[in-house]
Amino acid sequence: MGTPRVLWSITKKCFTVGVITLTVSDLFASIVPVRGASMSPTFNPKTNSLLDSLSDDRVLVEKLCLRNYKFSHGDVIVFSSPNNHKEKHVKRIVGLPGDWVGTIYDVVHIPEGHCWVEGDNSASSLDSRSFGPVPLGLVKGRVTHVLWPPHRVGTVDRKTSQNRVSSSSSASKF
Amino acid sequence: MRQWRIIAKEAMARASIIGKFLCLLHVTDAYVLSSNHVLGPSMLPTLNITGDVVLVEHLSHRLGKLGSGDLVLVRSPLDPKKTLTKRIVAMEGDKVTFSLDPTRSHSSRSLVVPKGHVWIQGDNLYVSRDSRHFGPLPYGLIEGKVFMRVWPPSSFGLLGE
Repeated sequence: MGTPRVLWSITKKCFTVGVITLTVSDLFASIVPVRGASMSPTFNPKTNSLLDSLSDDRVLVEKLCLRNYKFSHGDVIVFSSPNNHKEKHVKRIVGLPGDWVGTIYDVVHIPEGHCWVEGDNSASSLDSRSFGPVPLGLVKGRVTHVLWPPHRVGTVDRKTSQNRVSSSSSASKF
Repeated sequence: MRQWRIIAKEAMARASIIGKFLCLLHVTDAYVLSSNHVLGPSMLPTLNITGDVVLVEHLSHRLGKLGSGDLVLVRSPLDPKKTLTKRIVAMEGDKVTFSLDPTRSHSSRSLVVPKGHVWIQGDNLYVSRDSRHFGPLPYGLIEGKVFMRVWPPSSFGLLGE
């Protein structure tokens, strides 16, 4: 019968497509849904529009930044949670290695190889203020664009808050 | 004109085969099995200082089948571009007792490894920089488990406890 051969050829095609998709999503870019409101209003703002409340935002995550781990203040990154490697979080980089970041209680020094991340919606965001600086090795990609919903498609810009972070690079200007 | 089309079609076919092969290579290297060149004194006497080539499998850490005593390849928490080879001494929830200076046996500290982390140490406690210096390692930084050495041929074989 021709059925086993057809089945085998379909399996081969699926396997090939799967392998290629996995490689592209690991090395170049992938599309991920953003859950939760910790990055509101950048992602998942709670507006009255129907599309906004129906589904989560989809964003484009680029992986080329993982070649040399060079990030800037204000980059939005995807990283594995330090407390649970199966969970991934999307937050904004507020501090880079060597910076001093001011929280409510004290000023934290960011050690080498780590970064300080915070959600844009400070009120409801579980971030470095709870679990401390995040090792850069846990970063899985950088968010560059919003792809869904259609009326908010666009690039994700860097946003920095100069008054809370003292970075080694800005100190050298004086 | 037709010559170019035939050549172009053949070139595309060859390129797509090479492309598919490279993708398969990447998936195998990242998700199944890869080889690594490890060097340095921090894992003496298990691994040589001049460099060994070891085989690393990438399945156990995804399935949660790692335990203490396993040799693992991890991304350094101090420099994300570097990978370290160390041994897991304690898993999350375990209590670990260690001393920063092995020459003084009475200066030791204890702590419980927090959730989502492991405690790694090099076999050569005198020169290894590991969890005793940078703290518990987040599980997400583990890249694979070292299970076998293939070079130099004189020490070919499985690496275990």
